[in-house]
Amino acid sequence: MTTVSMTLNGKKVSAPVEDRTLLVHYIREAQGLTGTHVGCDTSQCGACVVHVNGKAVKSCTMLAVQAGDADVTTVEGLANGAELHPVQAAFREHHGLQCGFCTPGMIMTAVDMIERHGASLDEKTVRHELEGNICRCTGYQNIVKAILAASDQMAAMKTAAE
Amino acid sequence: MGVDGIGARALRKEDKRFITGKGRYTDDMVLPRMAYAAFVRSPHAHAKVTGIDASAALAMPGVDAVLTGEQLVGDGIGNLICGWMVHSKDGSPMNMGAWRALEPEIVRHVGQAVAVVIADTQAQARDAADAVIVDYDELPAIVDAVAAMEAGAPQLHPEASNNLIYDWEIGDEAATNAAFEQAAHVTRMDIHNNRLVPNPMEPRAAVADYNDAEEHYTLYTTSQNPHVARLVLSAFYNVAPENKLRVIAPDVGGGFGSKIFIYPEEIVALWASKRVGRPVKWVSDRTEAFLTDAHGRDHKSHAELALDADNKIIGFRVQTVANLGAYMSLFSSSVPTYLYATLLSGQYDIPAIHANVKAVYTNTTPVDAYRGAGRPEATFLVERMMETAAREVGLSPAEFRRKNFVRSFPHQTPVIMCYDAGDYDATLDAALKAIDHDGFPARKAEAASRGKLRGMGLSCYIEACGIAPSAAVGSLGAGVGLWESAEVRVNPVGSIEVLTGSHSHGQGHETTFAQLISERFGLDTDSVNIVHGDTDKVQFGMGTYGSRSGAVGMSAIVKALDKVEAKAKKIAAHLMEAAEGDIQIEGGELKVAGTDKKLSFTEVALAAYTAHNLPEGMEPGLKEGAFYDPTNFTFPAGTYACEVEIDPDTGKTEIVNFVAADDFGKIINPMIVEGQVHGGLTQGIGQALLENAAYDESGQLVTGSYMDYTMPRADDVPSYQLLTTETICPGNPLGMKGCGEAGAIGSPPAVINAITDAINNNDLSMPATPERVWQASRAGLQQAAE
Repeated sequence: MTTVSMTLNGKKVSAPVEDRTLLVHYIREAQGLTGTHVGCDTSQCGACVVHVNGKAVKSCTMLAVQAGDADVTTVEGLANGAELHPVQAAFREHHGLQCGFCTPGMIMTAVDMIERHGASLDEKTVRHELEGNICRCTGYQNIVKAILAASDQMAAMKTAAE
Repeated sequence: MGVDGIGARALRKEDKRFITGKGRYTDDMVLPRMAYAAFVRSPHAHAKVTGIDASAALAMPGVDAVLTGEQLVGDGIGNLICGWMVHSKDGSPMNMGAWRALEPEIVRHVGQAVAVVIADTQAQARDAADAVIVDYDELPAIVDAVAAMEAGAPQLHPEASNNLIYDWEIGDEAATNAAFEQAAHVTRMDIHNNRLVPNPMEPRAAVADYNDAEEHYTLYTTSQNPHVARLVLSAFYNVAPENKLRVIAPDVGGGFGSKIFIYPEEIVALWASKRVGRPVKWVSDRTEAFLTDAHGRDHKSHAELALDADNKIIGFRVQTVANLGAYMSLFSSSVPTYLYATLLSGQYDIPAIHANVKAVYTNTTPVDAYRGAGRPEATFLVERMMETAAREVGLSPAEFRRKNFVRSFPHQTPVIMCYDAGDYDATLDAALKAIDHDGFPARKAEAASRGKLRGMGLSCYIEACGIAPSAAVGSLGAGVGLWESAEVRVNPVGSIEVLTGSHSHGQGHETTFAQLISERFGLDTDSVNIVHGDTDKVQFGMGTYGSRSGAVGMSAIVKALDKVEAKAKKIAAHLMEAAEGDIQIEGGELKVAGTDKKLSFTEVALAAYTAHNLPEGMEPGLKEGAFYDPTNFTFPAGTYACEVEIDPDTGKTEIVNFVAADDFGKIINPMIVEGQVHGGLTQGIGQALLENAAYDESGQLVTGSYMDYTMPRADDVPSYQLLTTETICPGNPLGMKGCGEAGAIGSPPAVINAITDAINNNDLSMPATPERVWQASRAGLQQAAE
């Protein structure tokens, strides 16, 4: 057993876990945040994507101890209080989700994608960047639409702030 | 949200919890003292179990118990059943072999469970499961359904000689044969419909909690139909009487049919919870899902289409072998029979049809309903035949179809179904226009100038939804009625709860069902809550599959709303001293027509509950229930047009344009309907281009993970153009037909017709991988050159 401490959604947390515990299980079980999901065993589906030190990471492919002292954000930590993150709002506005199971990972991937590409995103880039996230319900069309809309909105917000 | 009635693109009420991580799925449930289950599964496709040694596992940390099939059978847990009786053409009942939740004697597919470990943590349970030593005597295995019927093939069940479950037929064989004798042209094809794995993103899971003081079980599970689960667990598996078993299907992450069925793992979790005196959680990993979730499709067919000299279809003859896997799953028998062969008339006026279906056991995972269930198999067969026949007789595929469309309704087909309404020219016209069919030759020439091959393919599908009239399906062998129930509970201050037997696992019922109430009473959808998925809350229901929640589930809500409205009007008339017939409901108020007298909906609801001043003899309260039993299936139909461009050097297919023109009847929320079509199309295109559950000869599933089984990803599919036309369904109060499966049903033949058009070779099976397309295009080019 090792005590693993990190900053999770802005809060300092700590819990003793088996050394082999994956980050996703640390988040779901040791910390009780169940928005991050497990959809496969082979690092393919992306339902478990979180941000570790600002980068999108599949939390099923990282040990909890490797995230020791890191700054970890899950889908629960994305909104600013009652105000949804623009990507969350866009997924709702454009019907980018159905059963909701892949959605947290999709949203976390999308936030990272937009932050890396800025307003230069186009449909082809979004579809290519989504290769690590599987959705069985939506056929991706409205997910792509939501990400493009959110990227435009975030670029506009950035311009307005500057 | 506002007042969003029928036809509004209302944003979904349920979304906020999913986008903020507050959804509650079965794996999110944690109970005090909860233990974890891990199954010991057979690595062999066919073997005798000769011994199980659990001593090493029992000595491992955290292990509470190792339970086996012998104990399960000893405790009186019943065998799994198939709930739809199909009779062979000689009148004999189907041959069903025994299926136990844990197998004590002979395993019949890789992944079948023989024991379960219960331990304090999931990791401990899985470690210990690896340490259970099972001795097997391997037996020869058979995976191909046609080969399984041959003499000398390995036999799976003593009840089914030659592995034949049934040899069933439909239609008039003599009339069909006579039509072929007069045919001017006959088109013949062998068609394989590839086996698929449903793959909802949430793996199956169960949390079972036995309370010994109450002798009561609670089961949280990933189910599309929790009441059916409770019924079957009680009536057939002897887990507990219904009043001692509560089944809750909370948020469920997709189903596509695979979560209709009651599987061994739920039964074992319940039984184990009593055995160990603790709540037990089991969560499937993805490879377990590949090995144990019911698969879909897997038909091998020979089809013949007879045309007269005027290219009118005069007969259709089909022989199909359906691979049902190692055991008969809950509704498996109905899929290749009543859900398949009854749709072989397609959109066409065909005077004589005969189909023979043989269902066969093999050493593979059981096969049951997957999105479309039988209807995609029928549509693929019919639409590949139509395209091929058109090419053979030199007609344009669109004109050949038009020549044979059904145009007068109701239309009785020779295979049971009676089509109630439709306009097949309308969807065909819409699709051809949207894809610029007339401009295709120029685009093909332009692609050729770049060295690329372009093709255009059509598919004019029809499906039967709104499953189904209870008496009709009862006469065909169904073990249940397929009505739906609803209860509308108006609270004293006017907010509303709608309890429904339908179950939402992505379909957006919390929004569309609320729109019905908004439409009826002019209330904000925020004042309406949809309650589903809990047998303690909802009295009964048949669940969600077969695109039935609109046509059947919402019709039950409409019936209950009619009763609530009638009572509310009586109360309002009494309070305002007006005639009942003069009361109108508008904008959340009950008004006396032609006057300024009015009461808010809340005031009327409150009056119903205070009961201080109700009409003489009226019971207090404002709550009504209804059961709705449909009078017919509904018949969504449409035309899908697909344009592909193929790189002849690599065989890679790109879908450059895809148009879906659908007639779903009345649409409640177009945004949600579009989402259903997008998803269905992607699953259908997945079947056509990417997905295949492949077994090797020894019965090992070689596509058992996302590393091997090709799921459609965002860059595999295009953005689709969707159109709708509307003919109202006369069979239900809202005029709805259903939209959940159309995309998966209509798209595979459109894609394959387009590719075969592009490469000039009709001999191509699904999935049309680059290798297969490359091979077939070489042959096609050669033929063209000769």
